[in-house]
Amino acid sequence: MSEDIKLNIKVWRQKNNKSAGGFETYPVNANEHMSFLEMLDVLNEDLVNQKKEPVAFEHDCREGICGTCSLVINGQPHGPNAGTTTCQLHMRHFKNGETIVVEPYRAKAFPVLKDLVVDRSAFDRIIQAGGYISVNAGQAPDGNAIPIGKNKAGKSFESAACIGCGACVAACPNGSAMLFTSAKVTHLGLLPQGEVEAERRTEAMVAQMDKEGFGMCSNIGACEAECPKEIKLDNIAFMNRSYFKAVFGGELE
Amino acid sequence: MKWLTTFFGSSIGKKLLMSLTGLFLILFLLIHLIGNLQLLKNDGGMSFNIYAKLMTTNPLIKFISYGNYFFILLHAFIGISLALYNRTAKGQKYAVAANNNTTWASKNMALLGTLILAFIFIHMGDFWLKMKLDQLPMVTYPGIEGEIKDLYFSVNETFKQPLFVGLYVIGMIILAFHLQHGFQSAFQTLGINHKKYTPIIKTIGLAYAILVPLGFAIIPIWHFLMK
Repeated sequence: MSEDIKLNIKVWRQKNNKSAGGFETYPVNANEHMSFLEMLDVLNEDLVNQKKEPVAFEHDCREGICGTCSLVINGQPHGPNAGTTTCQLHMRHFKNGETIVVEPYRAKAFPVLKDLVVDRSAFDRIIQAGGYISVNAGQAPDGNAIPIGKNKAGKSFESAACIGCGACVAACPNGSAMLFTSAKVTHLGLLPQGEVEAERRTEAMVAQMDKEGFGMCSNIGACEAECPKEIKLDNIAFMNRSYFKAVFGGELE
Repeated sequence: MKWLTTFFGSSIGKKLLMSLTGLFLILFLLIHLIGNLQLLKNDGGMSFNIYAKLMTTNPLIKFISYGNYFFILLHAFIGISLALYNRTAKGQKYAVAANNNTTWASKNMALLGTLILAFIFIHMGDFWLKMKLDQLPMVTYPGIEGEIKDLYFSVNETFKQPLFVGLYVIGMIILAFHLQHGFQSAFQTLGINHKKYTPIIKTIGLAYAILVPLGFAIIPIWHFLMK
């Protein structure tokens, strides 16, 4: 049973949006093959058995594609591994006897609802502002029916990998949502179906992003370093170009 | 005109102002340095004093210098207001500091910038104000009509004091860190992020951030040791 590890989980407990919150430390007997979320499941079972309130955290697919899980683990959104979501982070990356600090995402636009759960609906409203194609794009077209350069298709696909988890906002010392917004703007703006509305989309999404109270980007690059889908800063450069083009080259409505 | 005010009120519009004013100031630093390097000439300050007279009397240069003061203040004002806004936008800080691949300078631009602004005020008080208030001795040079202000004398006096030499060297170290992030960041904001050009921009930016402050810092050190 050498695969068992004993951990101390120092976790943020907060009753609701109004209360203050603080850290509590709990011992957990985990197994190194567990994912981080499974380890938290073990903790919650212990808490329920002790008739205590379990720790609230978000999770859904548990296979790294839905963007529901979050958490800031030892200061890093989705933990220490590059290109890995919290649900895909395994306990073998932690040492026996280690104290792991687990915090919710911190940003004014992501208020804490309870324990580790934050309200990320600001992202939904940014998508609603323009993160779509207005016409019905129909079935998947036949191969090469719409010619798209390989590099463009590849770049768009890389941007489309964004799962909207909000790790970029959590990692950013400014609480900026530029990496998320720019990934959507780039993903759609590079393809012929999305390019038609690119200017209107960029203006609307940036306006909504600002309205939600996210911070201003200062090109630190913490978002890029922490993104579990490895979305790059060149998306932000693309969005800036698209925005300049929309503002200075576009018609007055 | 509403579209323009909307633009400059947006996050990207403010970023663009930071980038463009920053790039102007980067260019200014290089020109300032080229002028200052005349302080290293062994001619008793003649070429530097003639240069200083040109810089303070030529109408075109005067016009650009007022633009320069304006851009320094605008860059500082937007930068500080953005930093304050970002502090509230972040809200609560994490209990554990992240250990990721970001530079210290990039996360402390407002602090570095404020220190540079303070340095600029001290620096202006040292030389610019003395030049303006006619507190300098006058000199004459053969072939030059009339008397000109001996700014070189003032530079020499200032850099006899170890306190000022230290202050100027520290000021340049702060500037180097500010440039380390600022140079390449200005291009990213303009939307220039390209596999071909970004490595070149980053290399030039790093060289610039080291060499330009170093060039400035050599002057007080050289004056202190040699004069």
